[in-house]
Amino acid sequence: MLRLLPRRAAAAMAIAALTVTTAACGGSSPDASPSAASTKTVTVFAAASLTGTFTEIGKAFEAGNPGTAVRFNFGSSATLAQQIVQGAPADVFAAASPATMKTVTDASLAAAPTTFTRNKLEIAVPSDNPAKVNGLADLAKPEVKVALCAEQVPCGAAAVKALEAAGVKITPVTLEQDVKATLTKVELGEVDAALVYRTDVIASGGKVKGIPFPEADKVINDYPIAALTKAPSGDLAQRFVDLVVSKQGTDVLTKAGFEAP
Amino acid sequence: MTPSATFHRSRPRPAVGRAPWALVIPAALGLAFLVLPLAGLLVRAPWSTLPSRLAEPHVLEALRLSLVTATIATAICILLGVPLAWVLARTSFPGRRVVRALVTVPLVLPPVVGGVALLLVLGRRGLVGQWLDSTFGITLPFTTAGVVVAEAFVAMPFLVISVEGALRAADPRYDEAAATLGAGRWTVFRRVTLPLVAPGIAAGAVLCWARALGEFGATITFAGNFPGQTQTMPLAVYLALETEPEAAIVLSLVLLAVSVIILASLRDRWVNSP
Repeated sequence: MLRLLPRRAAAAMAIAALTVTTAACGGSSPDASPSAASTKTVTVFAAASLTGTFTEIGKAFEAGNPGTAVRFNFGSSATLAQQIVQGAPADVFAAASPATMKTVTDASLAAAPTTFTRNKLEIAVPSDNPAKVNGLADLAKPEVKVALCAEQVPCGAAAVKALEAAGVKITPVTLEQDVKATLTKVELGEVDAALVYRTDVIASGGKVKGIPFPEADKVINDYPIAALTKAPSGDLAQRFVDLVVSKQGTDVLTKAGFEAP
Repeated sequence: MTPSATFHRSRPRPAVGRAPWALVIPAALGLAFLVLPLAGLLVRAPWSTLPSRLAEPHVLEALRLSLVTATIATAICILLGVPLAWVLARTSFPGRRVVRALVTVPLVLPPVVGGVALLLVLGRRGLVGQWLDSTFGITLPFTTAGVVVAEAFVAMPFLVISVEGALRAADPRYDEAAATLGAGRWTVFRRVTLPLVAPGIAAGAVLCWARALGEFGATITFAGNFPGQTQTMPLAVYLALETEPEAAIVLSLVLLAVSVIILASLRDRWVNSP
């Protein structure tokens, strides 16, 4: 046992040396990111439905603020809110519903959130629309397979309200955990229709067809954003929020199908 | 008593007294690492609301669905997985190594991707699913059968790998002796090999069942989530976490308690370990 040790130690040293060398090589390559000391990172927790638009806004932020990097954590708003309350080191929180933002403001971790954009529901059907769905009432037909978001997530809560407003009672085949999962079921043709956000229909790039319906106007979803009070990056967090609510940010969002607040 | 149990008992204990620190310390750390998250759940559990939450019909429904689907999935895994393990351990054919690697695919694949893969094959517009739908009118997604399929897909490798290991460790001379006495290969398998590796099968089935019981990603992707139909406990826990983290903790503890009780009682009865 003892005799083996030196050989192991040597191996460990060799590995360590190799790691150092590799790291050094990485650092000296021309297009490596600037060294950690000069880069300030803004960590943004954002609703999954903001993935495309916020990535774009993040690039604009990095271009406008040299020496900064934006790091995103996209996910279900409720999960993100829980993570923030449990002490995740986030600078900015952009939620898909006021209710999930409230979790964070109730814990005094954010003050005065701003509504920066709004999203509306649409019926999504496979591009060939096999069940010939034209409106909300068609979803109640027994032969039409419908996917909804679960009521616990914002798109599901909105769907329930829209159906109530329309007086349509449906039995979905599944209550999905988030809007992207709901959309996937339509894209794969496993369901005939689903209620998702307009932005998701646009983001699918033609794989699904969107059908607007009038009751959607009654359940428009507000998206609040706030710099967090314990933001590790301080005022950079507020600068990111400012960019999102600026004309530049709003343009990115409306192009993706969001509506101005 | 199983042959391997006899083997272990007849073996003398090591003579030296104390377990070496080099093993005890990492073992203690390992145990703490596994058990502390559970302690976290226990500390945060809202004990006062426990009875009322347990009485909620959808909790019992999800629990029942979880137990039933995990058990059926395990049965399917045993029916298909034991023969597969036997083929891998006791026959030789070109490409066996590739086949063994393929068996572990569901272990490596993120379960959600596994669920999408199942949809692409068994979904309404999937390669096989299309035919199932048009010929028999069977569609698996969004059905309880779909839950079983997703769980069996993810859990089967655990059984196959355990049983294959047991088959490799079992002495083939018993099989050979039986064969020289005139037993056919099927009889040898049934009367000699199977009893020899029974503890391995039991261990594999336990792993398989536990994995199926906790399955989340493939299930929600392939079978969807609808209370009473496809909403198993892990799915109920995940959705409860969105709005009521405390309810999620209660549900997780129920699932844990039930599975620990079942596994502990099975172990006493069948595996008969000290």
